[in-house]
Amino acid sequence: MINKIVETMRDAVADLRDGASIMISGFGEAGVPHELIEAVIAHGASDLTIISNNAGSGESGIAALIKEGRIRKVICSYPRMAASHHFERSYRAGELELELVPQGNLAARIEAAGAGLGAVFTPTGYGTLLAEGKETREINGRHYVLEYPIHADFALVKARAADRWGNLVYRKVARNFGPIMAMAARTTIVQVSEVVELGALDPEVIITPGIFVNRVVPTMPLSLA
Amino acid sequence: MQRMDRTALAARVARDIPEGAYVNLGIGAPTLVGNFLPRDKDVFLQSENGLLGMGPAPAEADIDWDLINAGKQPVTLLAGGAYFHHGDSFAMMRGGHIDICVLGAFQVSVHGDLANWHTGEPDAIPAVGGAMDLAVGARQVFVMMDLLTKSGASKLVEACSYPLTGLACVSRVYSDLGVFSVGQSGAKVIEMVEGMTLDRLRELTGIALEMA
Repeated sequence: MINKIVETMRDAVADLRDGASIMISGFGEAGVPHELIEAVIAHGASDLTIISNNAGSGESGIAALIKEGRIRKVICSYPRMAASHHFERSYRAGELELELVPQGNLAARIEAAGAGLGAVFTPTGYGTLLAEGKETREINGRHYVLEYPIHADFALVKARAADRWGNLVYRKVARNFGPIMAMAARTTIVQVSEVVELGALDPEVIITPGIFVNRVVPTMPLSLA
Repeated sequence: MQRMDRTALAARVARDIPEGAYVNLGIGAPTLVGNFLPRDKDVFLQSENGLLGMGPAPAEADIDWDLINAGKQPVTLLAGGAYFHHGDSFAMMRGGHIDICVLGAFQVSVHGDLANWHTGEPDAIPAVGGAMDLAVGARQVFVMMDLLTKSGASKLVEACSYPLTGLACVSRVYSDLGVFSVGQSGAKVIEMVEGMTLDRLRELTGIALEMA
């Protein structure tokens, strides 16, 4: 019997290593897997590369990882937010590297990784600073920039519910990067607020099929859920 | 001379959005355009974070932080609205499915080049978000901005001096002093606020403007 449910956040991230690349779902605060990030902080891994839309705000989540000095590089589209002071300080001090990627190119590169594509030609960014030095091509009169896939060792994703095969449904716009990150990482770890029986999720509405998911952790202990 | 404030300008932009249009409103002043879309007509608002059929802000008691817009403010979903992931959201832009997007700008060139993501200051924290995808992908890009900076420099320019967001992507500029078309044949004046003249606009912008 296959059961992808892991009981604790700690067990779910136990095989993290220094130098790992980690995708983290979320847009603003919606869909950020805070409990899994807490577990990464407790684990102690450092020299991490984080791929996420934002670079954290306030004192928790990615901001806490930056504050603890665990991150070597951030790949994101929008690091400047209200209360992104930990990113700003660390970036200005030269302690972390930033690869700024237009949001749609971030999505496309993550999708390319998940779909096994070697690269994508995207119109976004053509003729701008963010495409400097990159290969370009004119196709049917439109200009494109060659962008390579973004792979990751791990994806940390927040979903609403899962079964033991790892099928997922999300909640409203907390879905954002979750489904495409789940496809792109070697190991996908998902935190959910609800674990349901096999067959309880309507197959017509499953957003992420379990093939893309390795581990599921409930945010509440199963006995209390 | 009757300068248009942000609210009046938002209402003016809303008048040019037809029923049935799929529209993305940028962060800041463009978001106000949503307040002036006629309630009895279907206009589909898209938000880059995975939402189509976006409705107005909720009452305090109904705020749900899993239902926010690109500016991270709480919103609602209209009946018939849908959620989707980031891959689909940006396919809507890049794939030419969004009819109109409304964005703010630091500068727009007479040929429609857009600069709205970076001031170019070496110390600035760069952040781009979805601006470049919208600029390149939407079928029509409307810019909403003051015509002049606080120090009186024109933001409608022959060539942008700030780092570009997209090349030749803007079709219209809605400003506090008038509405302009921009593109291959240069900038043209579509309308001016009361008391404004073509000569005065040429003087303020330094551009050899003509009426459209």
